[in-house]
Amino acid sequence: MATLRPRGSDDLGLKRALSDRLLPLLVAAMVFLAALALAGVIAASALARHWQGGAGSLLTVQVPQPETATLGGPDRADAITALLNATPHIAARRLTVDELASILQPWLGTEGAPLSLDLPAVFEVRLLNAADPQHLADQLIHTAPGTLVEHNSVWFDRLGVLARSLQASAALALAVVCLVATAVVSVATRAGLAVRREAIDIVHGLGATDRMIASHFARRITFLVVCGALLGLALAIPLLLGLATLTAPFAADQPPPGSVPDVLGTLPPLLWSLLPVLPITAAAIGWLTAQATVRVWLARLP
Amino acid sequence: MVRLDGVGLRYGAGPYVLQDLNLDMAPGSFHWLLGASGAGKTSLLRLLTLAERPSTGQLSLLGVQVETARRRDLPPLRRQIGTVFQDFRLLGHLSAFDNVALPLRLAGRPEGQVRADVGEILRWVGLARRAEAHPAELSGGEQQRVAIARAVIGRPALLLADEPTGNLDDIQAERLMQLLRELNRLGTTIVVATHNEGLVRRHPARALHLEDGRLRRLEAEAYV
Repeated sequence: MATLRPRGSDDLGLKRALSDRLLPLLVAAMVFLAALALAGVIAASALARHWQGGAGSLLTVQVPQPETATLGGPDRADAITALLNATPHIAARRLTVDELASILQPWLGTEGAPLSLDLPAVFEVRLLNAADPQHLADQLIHTAPGTLVEHNSVWFDRLGVLARSLQASAALALAVVCLVATAVVSVATRAGLAVRREAIDIVHGLGATDRMIASHFARRITFLVVCGALLGLALAIPLLLGLATLTAPFAADQPPPGSVPDVLGTLPPLLWSLLPVLPITAAAIGWLTAQATVRVWLARLP
Repeated sequence: MVRLDGVGLRYGAGPYVLQDLNLDMAPGSFHWLLGASGAGKTSLLRLLTLAERPSTGQLSLLGVQVETARRRDLPPLRRQIGTVFQDFRLLGHLSAFDNVALPLRLAGRPEGQVRADVGEILRWVGLARRAEAHPAELSGGEQQRVAIARAVIGRPALLLADEPTGNLDDIQAERLMQLLRELNRLGTTIVVATHNEGLVRRHPARALHLEDGRLRRLEAEAYV
């Protein structure tokens, strides 16, 4: 393709027409917001997985009068143990007396004689993928009437919905940022076209094709957009690292990171791999929007 | 080369500024374009530079039927047409050298050839020492010479000039006419719009006379 001048030249005077300050700053703000939104999408997604795959799959089973014999022979606790062991797609464990004492400690204290209360047997049941909690609860109650089954999944299902809503909101914010970025680039390109109209008329009259003129604009716009995008990313990463460091103990039951590699490791690998996509996406938006805007504008010329 | 059949032109929904133009210019011909201010000379030049398409009629330029041509077919056609505008239409942020080089660069000529050709034409118009000057630093006459150099550097098949001697002294005007005659002799079809009757008398040629947007054709002998 023929060019107006050797690479890097500015035949249409775009360095004067397209501000080298306003557009990069606006794009920097867009990319900053996009980075936060992207982190929000990934964090909400991880939260939803954590809730649904972790505590949300827990079932707490309390068997009152565990030593009482059932009609079939063994006592109620043993009958429940046998049933849980025989049930596929679950992992069950009976809490020890010490664990129960530890749980009751805030209410009953640590001093005094061993507990003389008739404590229920408590089982912690983790449901795997195919387990049906309602069916299991029916079987447990049938085996040992009076057994209490608390299924955490009801609340965690609701929290999962909340997490997915947050995820959708963050994704929507990301889409809005992209649309606003497109609008910003389009307005900047139109402003450049208005300022350089005479120059464009002249080179158009000399035989410049739409492709030549549009590429000239697109190169300049993309350069400014990439500068802004890198600035926005440079501002967003420290903030994301700060937020991730603060929330690290909540997310992974780990102490706050100390060293630099630990701090960098607080961001999920998926986020690290997607952050460089933001400047690339911004560049693509800049190039395509500038090309489209200029070509539509040029179509009015004969 | 250039053929107009019943061509009319109006801007938007306004009145016709050119009406029922019929004209046939042979390749390598030289025409003066004459007429009072407002007669339609600039509008006819806009048609011939492809800045406008005819509102009515048929216009054939260098073998291309303009009114039916696709937009993408017009840029190569424009590169075969050199134009000297009355207001020069130079790019203010470019040097004289780069203004003159534009047509060659648009045509994709190698940079070495561009530098050689532009240097030569700038020497010919007497602006070799002003090659790096920007239009704002040049006088009206110098700007006009830059515009002329830009129009002829690509050896166009059709050269259109709107008052090309308006800001030139007599010596420069004569040198310009010698250049135009030389280009004409080499096969370039030339149309020059002017009010300079002395110039027309010194260089007799076929003349196109516009009156109220209509064309009246006069032979060269009328000006001898």
